[in-house]
Amino acid sequence: MTVAANEVSTTGVVVKAQGEEPVFKAGDAVTISVRFPIGHFRVPNYIRGKRGWVESVIEPPAINNEEEGYGRNAGNKRHYYRVAIPLKELWPHYGGSDNDSLRIEVFETWLERSES
Amino acid sequence: MSAHNPHDHTLKESCEPIPGYYEIMETAVRELLVEKKLIGAGEIRRQIEVLDSRTPALGAKVVARAWVDAEFKARLLANGRTTCEEFGISFYDDTQLIVLENTDAVHNLIVCTLCSCYPRPVLGLPPDWYKLKPYRARAVKEPRALLAEFGTIIPENVEIRVSDSTAMVRYLVLPQRPEGTEHLDEAQLAALVTRDAMIGVIKASTPTTEASR
Repeated sequence: MTVAANEVSTTGVVVKAQGEEPVFKAGDAVTISVRFPIGHFRVPNYIRGKRGWVESVIEPPAINNEEEGYGRNAGNKRHYYRVAIPLKELWPHYGGSDNDSLRIEVFETWLERSES
Repeated sequence: MSAHNPHDHTLKESCEPIPGYYEIMETAVRELLVEKKLIGAGEIRRQIEVLDSRTPALGAKVVARAWVDAEFKARLLANGRTTCEEFGISFYDDTQLIVLENTDAVHNLIVCTLCSCYPRPVLGLPPDWYKLKPYRARAVKEPRALLAEFGTIIPENVEIRVSDSTAMVRYLVLPQRPEGTEHLDEAQLAALVTRDAMIGVIKASTPTTEASR
């Protein structure tokens, strides 16, 4: 059923705005973006371009603190994700167990979906 | 203090240390904010009081409660912040808290590679080594060698998870309850939980190691 623009929906279904729902879910394979914007970014260099998976979605959605640093707070809430990256992926010569991993919270705008 | 500076010794004895760049900047900004009436001197004093009231003893109480109360532990692992708040520990900042449980299969270690993010509401100020580059770099690069230097040998079949706090989440490690502590009450258990165990660089003390400290 479509609702014409001037009609009020009577279904009681709440339509969520973009960004309200997390884009990724636990288990999704992700790659951290390789970008070097000017400014202060809470994404350490050593994880950029590395592949991992989403361990969990962190609630509640939060202001993009990189934007907040410049006083831009409105309308930029998104989710952070707790992302797991094997230490062998970060450091090819890593000497410990294959199961050892890094866990790090990454803002949605820095994650790219990758082939699992 | 630099070991190569021959004047350090005499300086230390004769006068107050010379304030560094950031200390001078902090003083200047603070005085300007007060002068412009954006904040009051009383607010700064109050915030220092808030920070001083947060010590590892708070975190130790949370851990001891989790050891004796399975329902509390389940809530703590599901939502660290709200469960600590329910326990009476307020969060004066916008951080979330994830509590990470150490088990026979997983050992958790926390670090902040970018700076010194730390679960201050529950543990107070971080130790100096936590803020220094060697710890920050090695925790994510060679955690097993780093832990060994703290005297913590993690068997190869135990998975290490290093949590790097970077933005809005802080972490607290829930160490394993030591064996031979069945007879201890909650307060006695809390005495076995040190700051370093809640960062994940060591395990909780056993009653015998505690007695010999």
